[in-house]
Amino acid sequence: MNAIVISAIWGVVMMFSGIFSKNNAVIRGTALTGLALLIVVNVMEMGGTSLFKVNVHGMLYFDSFSLLFNTIAFGSTFLYTLLSGRDMDRVGRSTPDYFALIFFILCGVAISSSFNSLLMLFLGIEIMSIPLYILTGTDKRNLKSNEAALKYFLMGSFSTGIMLMGITLLYGAKGSFNLEAIALGTGELTPMVSAGLLLLLVAMGFKVSAAPFHFWTPDVYDGAPTVFTSFMATVIKSAGFIAFLRLFDDAFGEMHAQWQLVVAVVTAATLIIGNITAVFQQSVKRMLAYSSIAQAGFMLFALVALNELSRQGLIFYTAAYSVATIGIFAVLIKMKDYTFEGFNGLAKRQPVLAATAAIFLLSLAGIPGTAGFMAKFYMLAGAVANGHVLWLVIVGILCAAISIYYYFRVIQAMYFKEGDAQEMEVSGTFKALLVLLAAIVVVLGIFPQCLLDKLYYFF
Amino acid sequence: MIPVLLIVVPLLSGLAAFFIKQEKAVKSWALFSTVITLVVSLLGLTVLNKAANLHADAEWLTALGSRFTVGMDGMGQVLCLLTAVAFPLILVATWNSSYKNAHNFYAFMLLSQTGLMGVFLAYDALLFYFFWELALIPAYFLCSQWGGEKRIAVTFKFFIYTFIGSLLMLVGIIYLYLHTPDQSFALESFYKATLTNKEQGWIFWLFFIAFAIKMPVFPFHTWQPDTYEQSPTAVTMVLSGVMVKMGLFGVIRWLVPVLPLATWLNGDTVALLSVIGMIYASLIAMQQDDLKRLIAYSSIAHMGLMCMAIFVTSPQGMQGVMIQMFNHGINIIGMWIVVELIERQMKTRKMSELGGLAQQAPGLAILLVIVALANVALPLTNAFIGEFLLFTGVFNSSVSKMGPVFAACGGITIILSAVYTLNMIQKVFFGNTNTLTGTMKDIRFNERLVLGVLVIVILVIGVYPRPFLELTQGTVDTILSRMIIKHPS
Repeated sequence: MNAIVISAIWGVVMMFSGIFSKNNAVIRGTALTGLALLIVVNVMEMGGTSLFKVNVHGMLYFDSFSLLFNTIAFGSTFLYTLLSGRDMDRVGRSTPDYFALIFFILCGVAISSSFNSLLMLFLGIEIMSIPLYILTGTDKRNLKSNEAALKYFLMGSFSTGIMLMGITLLYGAKGSFNLEAIALGTGELTPMVSAGLLLLLVAMGFKVSAAPFHFWTPDVYDGAPTVFTSFMATVIKSAGFIAFLRLFDDAFGEMHAQWQLVVAVVTAATLIIGNITAVFQQSVKRMLAYSSIAQAGFMLFALVALNELSRQGLIFYTAAYSVATIGIFAVLIKMKDYTFEGFNGLAKRQPVLAATAAIFLLSLAGIPGTAGFMAKFYMLAGAVANGHVLWLVIVGILCAAISIYYYFRVIQAMYFKEGDAQEMEVSGTFKALLVLLAAIVVVLGIFPQCLLDKLYYFF
Repeated sequence: MIPVLLIVVPLLSGLAAFFIKQEKAVKSWALFSTVITLVVSLLGLTVLNKAANLHADAEWLTALGSRFTVGMDGMGQVLCLLTAVAFPLILVATWNSSYKNAHNFYAFMLLSQTGLMGVFLAYDALLFYFFWELALIPAYFLCSQWGGEKRIAVTFKFFIYTFIGSLLMLVGIIYLYLHTPDQSFALESFYKATLTNKEQGWIFWLFFIAFAIKMPVFPFHTWQPDTYEQSPTAVTMVLSGVMVKMGLFGVIRWLVPVLPLATWLNGDTVALLSVIGMIYASLIAMQQDDLKRLIAYSSIAHMGLMCMAIFVTSPQGMQGVMIQMFNHGINIIGMWIVVELIERQMKTRKMSELGGLAQQAPGLAILLVIVALANVALPLTNAFIGEFLLFTGVFNSSVSKMGPVFAACGGITIILSAVYTLNMIQKVFFGNTNTLTGTMKDIRFNERLVLGVLVIVILVIGVYPRPFLELTQGTVDTILSRMIIKHPS
């Protein structure tokens, strides 16, 4: 509850901060303060201190799972702002507004990670999405940005409609929006419930860009200003997954066996399409868009397996994926040429940037010693433990092998190809932050329990 | 204590090496570190050879049931010794090579030593997997950055190949882990995993493909000749001398005793693959004109023999594999050193362009002939002991009915190996000198030193192999006892 209230308030604060100061550094400072405050109050809630006593009538439910995810999301946003906050100034003139939108999105993230009622799910997802449509279109004079925003908005509203339809059908069948009420007595799938379930699956699949509902992703990620793509591909996608898992685990967990195959097929399709299309990309930014689809495929393993291992795995995956993606995008933003050739010879000119980018890419590829490996390990272990979807595990590892191809293309360009790397200005602080991020990736990869233990006990 | 040092020393010195920008300094630093590692490993074999010193255990991923358990049995000691001996020798032998960004080169070398040590020491499956990959990553960077012309594509193929294998193994590890009684990654718990015959059957292949790619066994060998050819020679020595042993080691530690029934059932199939690979590789080796490719194919043949002996289980065969793993590492490093010397001076590796080097470089010729004879497994050399045990083991095997057939077919490859090795000596060292080889100078002190050490090791083991055989006897007994318990009579 703490996070929801504070993030909403701070969003308003950010909106007005533009009136009091024209200095972007001050505004960034205010935003960072707000984010730090968010982390603190959320951690306080994990420790059992709630600042606001609000009777939510069972519509929200805060457990260690949702609170830990909130911490990860806020922490990622904090790191993201530290690393790439400066680059927002280059997008347009309304930096305070961007931050206001980001805080509203975080409010949506906090709601959709802890909903216990379909209405709250809807609210959370919408609060997340609407500011995002705007952020996508912030590069006003760029046609691609405009196209991306419009496309995202149209497709997004369409999927919202589908979600509402699903919610309505479930309400009609059960007479309640409450997840427990929906779960009650749904051992058998009635036509209405299964129609509702499928519609929700489609809508959520759209939000997390699962195939075959992924078509918007590359265009939107490519068209949006790179700073915001980074945010979109990490925090928001992760939040979508947490909501997805919560919904299907709490409301439909009982009939898991009946929808498992559908989700497994969606997962396999997402993995295959994401990975194979990524191979053919010429631009690193577009490659990362497809790679985010591919990574979504791995996160979907949690839904297919739906056991304790994969629940932990999903939390860990969001953290590992967010940190690595924020890092690689932060490097990408500094580049002027987004093609693979643009990275040629980077290691010679910017050894720190290249080394950290290599660690982020290794993590995304799932090499042991990085967080990405432990994340994939949990997902595979969850699926093997489930026992019914070994074929999906094989598809998963083959796709992981394909992903090596495109992630390592960047490493090859940076390290092994000769080329005149582009001039770029990077400050010492930026490098230090990248090193910090890389250190987080490695530490999480060797000691994943320092994050996961927080699921069970705090302090 | 000893195992932890063996991992930590190269790891820390490797990380430090990234920051030593001067070429001379980083070279000396790397040599210093590898010598320390060698000393530690020798201490572990002699003065500190007590069980308490050879094992270490610490908490790691408690929630998952994985612990940082490292230790050495006889086989571990032999392979750690090989790793510890190989690196200083390689560094001394290639002392005169100069690398761009030398600090990165030596740092990656040391990191790959860390990975190798970890693989040979790990007693926990997840830890084993960690090190298995950690050994690969530095090798990838070494080959792609400092290799030959086609290095990027070739190394990439190598990497993807081994990575797919590793992932398959990972699935196998996870499956076994979930079927252990106490949900643990420890080797002991893997022994106790309850599996049906069918499950054992397919997990066997998940593991075996990973190891077979690494060894490499036919038909998973296609990455190997290209990679050996394109890598810088120092890295080729690491790859062929030490890294391929990871495959054999994996089979002996993680496959045979964990899945004895499947090993017993699939043994003949694997042995057949190995025999096909041996003959095939020997025949191709005879056609090669490039020295590096010749040695690469000869290595496939030798590894095939060892793989066959493991799967046609017998006490002598197992014992032979243990000692031959060490011998093969020593011999092949010797061969590479000679190739490196010739290539550096002559700028070519083509046998057809060489000839008469013995007149110009008598010292080199003598040492090469001894190393080459060891490669053919002539008596008095170390490989004779190993291969003799291997063949006896295969021939007498009580597990496989096909033993004599395999031994006979394998025997042909010994003859073939004599054919191509002697042919190589003849073409490169004897005959008339041409304008190119007339400029050859004899070897320098450091090279003479390394080759001299190798020759001494070759001869000593060839005459007095007993300490080695006694050292590995314990491991052999443990593995065979695991086989016999599950052996359906």
